[in-house]
Amino acid sequence: MENKHLVSITDYSKEEIFKILDLAAEFEKNPNQNLLDNKVIATLFFEPSTRTRLSFESAISRLGGKYIGFTDSSSSSVSKGESLKDTIMTVANYSDMIIMRHPIEGSARWASEVSRVPIVNAGDGANQHPTQTLLDLYSIRKTQGTLDNLNIYFVGDLKYGRTVHSLLQAMSMFNTTFNFISPEELRIPDEYKLFLDKKGLKYYEHRDFSDIISHADIIYMTRIQRERFSDPMEYEKTKNSYVLKNKMLENTKPNMKVLHPLPRVNEIHTNVDENEKAYYFTQALNGVYTRQAIITHILGLKK
Amino acid sequence: MEMNDKKLQVSAIKDGTVIDHIPASNLFKVINILGLDKIEKQITFGTNLESKRLGLKAIIKLADIFFVDKEINKIALVAPEAKLNIIKDYKVVEKKIVEVPDNISGIAKCGNPKCITNHEGITTKFSVVSKKKVAIKCHYCEKITDSEHMEIF
Repeated sequence: MENKHLVSITDYSKEEIFKILDLAAEFEKNPNQNLLDNKVIATLFFEPSTRTRLSFESAISRLGGKYIGFTDSSSSSVSKGESLKDTIMTVANYSDMIIMRHPIEGSARWASEVSRVPIVNAGDGANQHPTQTLLDLYSIRKTQGTLDNLNIYFVGDLKYGRTVHSLLQAMSMFNTTFNFISPEELRIPDEYKLFLDKKGLKYYEHRDFSDIISHADIIYMTRIQRERFSDPMEYEKTKNSYVLKNKMLENTKPNMKVLHPLPRVNEIHTNVDENEKAYYFTQALNGVYTRQAIITHILGLKK
Repeated sequence: MEMNDKKLQVSAIKDGTVIDHIPASNLFKVINILGLDKIEKQITFGTNLESKRLGLKAIIKLADIFFVDKEINKIALVAPEAKLNIIKDYKVVEKKIVEVPDNISGIAKCGNPKCITNHEGITTKFSVVSKKKVAIKCHYCEKITDSEHMEIF
């Protein structure tokens, strides 16, 4: 069964994930294809996310499509008190697909139940951001040649990091070994450890960001945000302990790559950027190909 | 004594259902879930009765009312150990235990304040992820609410 919408990464089977990744590889070879001729795509950003929006709009433009929408809810009827349902039902009349970013969790699922055109979730609060997960998977497969049997290290905010949770769910299909490096306050939540227990997958938790990374195939860095700490002293103490520096990469595996969903603040030292193991900017570029793949797949324009 | 003559007839019903082993603290939730406040049949409640297993328990006797499993299983969220006695002609003809359903709809509130169901008028939907110590996962925000934090509408 193929899905009309893309709301949560868990909606996709392994086969459907591979289909998207293969399509994305095709778009990487040949990014400009006029497949969206005469199609209008709505990009509804109820909260601003410049990076994600530009990536989608770039993908639509390279496919020759047009887009309509708003970049934050203050410039739309939402500020007049319109319900999400009414907004979606109205915009569905104007477009062939709705790409939406919304601060409330579950909003994309709800939209998919009231919309007559496909919904693509571009982030719903702390819940899901499946197009990010697919571009992460694309980047991992491209750099490692496979998704199977890899050792992946997540570093930073593992408690609130939505990209971490979704990627963990997706990678659990590929016999991954997980390593979690985080401060005590930002540990990976129990429900994800339970999830991995149930799947019989190996995982290890660490407090120190040290030479244990020498076993990694992928290091997935995340930003530690000040507002996540109840105690500002704790934040000051922690913020510099989870910073990746060039020297730390010396003993890592030759195939290892550093990923980051961006934006970065200080958690990856800028001297890492020149290292051939730094992959985060290429990862962002892969986001355009992956989103081209998702849009054309859902609209049935690519078999 | 005269008192005996005035005793209310609550101990037995001719036909109907007795729901026993409800935790006393959740009696009114059970009443809500089953919509007993809208039923015009004779209903008797007892609460804060001693129970070895539950501490304090409640009991509901419903004359001429019989439930289908799907309906009665809804109370499993708040009374997982409830037992039903089906009464016909003053005799217990069947005993049933409630079973936590796989999916529930419209009974519980999602514990996540940032969930869309707490912002727009949407009927909640959950899948039950743990039946022993009841925990439910929201169909919309995908967050898990456990029995301690569960609010019933």
